[in-house]
Amino acid sequence: MSGPAAVPDPAAPLTPSGNLRRRQAVSKLTEYAATGAAVLAVGVLAIVIISVIQRGASAISFDFLVKGGPDGIGPMLVGTGVIVGVATLIAAPIAILIALYLTEYAGQRFARAIQMTLDVMNGLPSIIIALFIFGLLVVGKKQSGIAGSIGLAIIMVPLIARGTQEILLLVPKAQREAADALGVARWRTVLTVVLPSALGGIATATVLAVARAAGETAPLLLASSTFDGSSYHLNPFEALPNVPIRIFQLSEDPNPEAVAEAWGLSLVLVTLILIASLSARVLLARSKRKMGGS
Amino acid sequence: MSAAESPVMRPRARRRRGASSRRKRFDRFGDAALRGICILAVLLAGGAIFGVVYEVIDGARPAISQYGLGFLSDTAWQPNFNEFGAGALIFGTLVSSFVALAIGAPIAISIGLFLTLLAPAGVRGVVAPLVELLAAIPSVILGFWGIIVLAPFVRDTIEPFLNGTLGFIPLFGEPQTTGSSVFTASLILTIMIIPIIASISRDLFQAVPRDVQDGAAALGATRWEVVRGVVLPSTSSGLIAASLLGLGRALGEAIAVAQVIGAGSAIHASLFMTGDTLAARIANEFPGALTEMHQSALFYCGLILLVIGLASNLLAQMIGRRFGYAGGAMR
Amino acid sequence: MTSYGNGSDAPSRLRLRTDGPPPAGQVPGVAPPPEEAAQPSEALLPEAVFDAQQVAVFYGPKEALTDVSLKIRRGQITALIGPSGCGKTTFLRSLNRMNDSVPGFRIGGKILYHGYDMYAGNVDRVEVRRRIGMVFQKPNPFPKSIYDNIAWAPRNLGLRSGLDERVEKALRGAALWDEVKDRLKDSAFGLSGGQQQRLCIARAIAIEPDVLLLDEPASALDPIATGAIEDLMHSLKGRFTIVIVTHNMQQAARVADRTAFFSLQAGGAGAKPVGTLIEFDDTQAIFGQPRDPRTRDYVSGRFG
Repeated sequence: MSGPAAVPDPAAPLTPSGNLRRRQAVSKLTEYAATGAAVLAVGVLAIVIISVIQRGASAISFDFLVKGGPDGIGPMLVGTGVIVGVATLIAAPIAILIALYLTEYAGQRFARAIQMTLDVMNGLPSIIIALFIFGLLVVGKKQSGIAGSIGLAIIMVPLIARGTQEILLLVPKAQREAADALGVARWRTVLTVVLPSALGGIATATVLAVARAAGETAPLLLASSTFDGSSYHLNPFEALPNVPIRIFQLSEDPNPEAVAEAWGLSLVLVTLILIASLSARVLLARSKRKMGGS
Repeated sequence: MSAAESPVMRPRARRRRGASSRRKRFDRFGDAALRGICILAVLLAGGAIFGVVYEVIDGARPAISQYGLGFLSDTAWQPNFNEFGAGALIFGTLVSSFVALAIGAPIAISIGLFLTLLAPAGVRGVVAPLVELLAAIPSVILGFWGIIVLAPFVRDTIEPFLNGTLGFIPLFGEPQTTGSSVFTASLILTIMIIPIIASISRDLFQAVPRDVQDGAAALGATRWEVVRGVVLPSTSSGLIAASLLGLGRALGEAIAVAQVIGAGSAIHASLFMTGDTLAARIANEFPGALTEMHQSALFYCGLILLVIGLASNLLAQMIGRRFGYAGGAMR
Repeated sequence: MTSYGNGSDAPSRLRLRTDGPPPAGQVPGVAPPPEEAAQPSEALLPEAVFDAQQVAVFYGPKEALTDVSLKIRRGQITALIGPSGCGKTTFLRSLNRMNDSVPGFRIGGKILYHGYDMYAGNVDRVEVRRRIGMVFQKPNPFPKSIYDNIAWAPRNLGLRSGLDERVEKALRGAALWDEVKDRLKDSAFGLSGGQQQRLCIARAIAIEPDVLLLDEPASALDPIATGAIEDLMHSLKGRFTIVIVTHNMQQAARVADRTAFFSLQAGGAGAKPVGTLIEFDDTQAIFGQPRDPRTRDYVSGRFG
């Protein structure tokens, strides 16, 4: 039953009555906690980035970037470029075709199945992908950069497909319908109208996937880790030096030169990834703006 | 859906029937070809997944026939004596992942609440991309940072503090010499899963209808009461799905964990001892595994990991889909 | 007949006397300024729960409402009518500080609640809403059971004992008890639109507010449900002071003691039109002998 405290006296000022003061204190506390969580996350990011910059900057020099090991990391950079480049050449077309199928052709049930497949692919632990590549391509033969590229491609396909799908869905239906009404064949519409509009978004998704692949270590662990980092190698059919594996190997080494090289590598890799992420964001904003205006 | 032919085109077609019908045949071929290669790509993706499962099972076969299901509980791991048991690894995998989830999920959900309900637009525009950036740091760099920066800090500051104040709980035992421990690995995993869960949480909270929140506020409820009474209950399944996705990420992480967990082989109660996980053990030992049985035992570990990982991924998809969150897990 | 409700206030209660005697002589043919028509002396009237003084509302640089001055009196039903977009809902939401969450919101003038400036620095928003309840245009029940929808706010307020009785009293007050008494644990979403809206009303009165604000409560409902809501208004009248925004003039005429007519007024120097209060009077007068030609046009259905 409502007691005398239940209904506030209308004549009382509009300051907290009853248990409100305590409840407001609790609410304030949770606000601080939530803010604190955000500060914590940003703080950790700052600490990691600052550590990398501080400790890696001293290792960076022109020689460091172009010479071969142990003085430099040039071969690692080039090797990563080759491996990731080949992976992109494999992954991007497949992913775009899958996304096209999802948006242009697939019926409801099949689309669900494909979506699920992509989600499963995305959730595969990268070490499992490493085992797969090992069993498929390396055992009995030798390591090769291309084996690593295929492993990276498995990681990249779901990322590029999802981004492509999102941008394809943004292409106004009116464009497709207009082309249909003019009697243009489906495949022509797709290749000459839909895909070009979506190019910006596809590029963004690809750049983000490249940034992700450049940092992946596990798929290369069993496919391209026995390399000679002292000179440049470009042949993808043999194990290629690469940045993430080198960092992984160096992290077990307590020697100060090894530590310095690892920090230097880390700084270069983080910088490249940051540039890629930022440009992807700018690309995405621009392509979304173009899409909205058409 | 074939192209509609307008009547206007017909008279012309009658005059140049040969060229036009050739073009139409080519178009039909083009349509079929495009559709065909799209389907090929889809089949390739599906095939890749089946290939992965097949290879892992195939590679594990010798170890399965040798060790059977006892592999799951045995903790002895002596490659030189062909003794292999994944018990300690399964334990380490589950402990490190669940500790990471226990710490990371509340933080990530709080960040989601902060970004949606607390932060002014300017702050949100800065903080949200920064949290996403946390996910972009490669695991090998995070692990390396963990070895050089985090592990000593944990060993010198956090672990002694926890041991000092809560040492009566077996979880918080004596710190080890290097700082490499299950706890350090859990912290690294926490950093990795926060962006995933935070990003999904944020989408979930943004989707809670304004009018229900207004209704709660109009009843004289504080901000927290609106969150507790309306926002959180209506997003609870989505938050669980998000947490499962984060869990999957933690379960499968090999490189960063391998760098900071210390490659211990026994089960300990204390989080501050070394340990190992299925994924990290594979990463640490496979490159140097010379005997076929050693490799096969590691494949067996991979199989267990695959099963656990797939289960959590599919569960997350199921929960997410059933309760409306359209499985946009890839961010 | 205008009813004055049960304005039984303690004699020591502070009364604000902000309206002086009516202007000595009115110029014939010219509409009087938009304020209350001649009223009996303040002492005979029920207490002014709300006293709006030249209230203006801005969303960023845009002025949405200007120069609203009126008094809402205890125990009465005051209706706000007028065409869409002329600030009725904006004004209503300013009465329980629900506009605070709209970005760029700024208020000019003053709104006094029992004599206290509602927008003063030391005012607690949550306390305001505890005393001034609101029912929205579209029913917005919580994703909880019927019982929990009503019990939620009292639980927050610490009113945990006698919850069952409180819920029943609220549902009876909203004329919903008989329909749901056997399924209190069912989800609120299983109710029809009209029932959900009555649930929202029950939810609001369960915490025994001083005032009830209703923003077009029946506009999303079918005619039968609308009739039920209207009957409810009459039964709630004595217990609460009610302010209701409505598009439905017949509804206002049937239910309200006093009616305020809002409309758009041209902004100065070619600026966009702004909402403002045109006329505020006893309902009978507004509909029977409106003084302002704009009121007359609207009420006779010429437009809007």
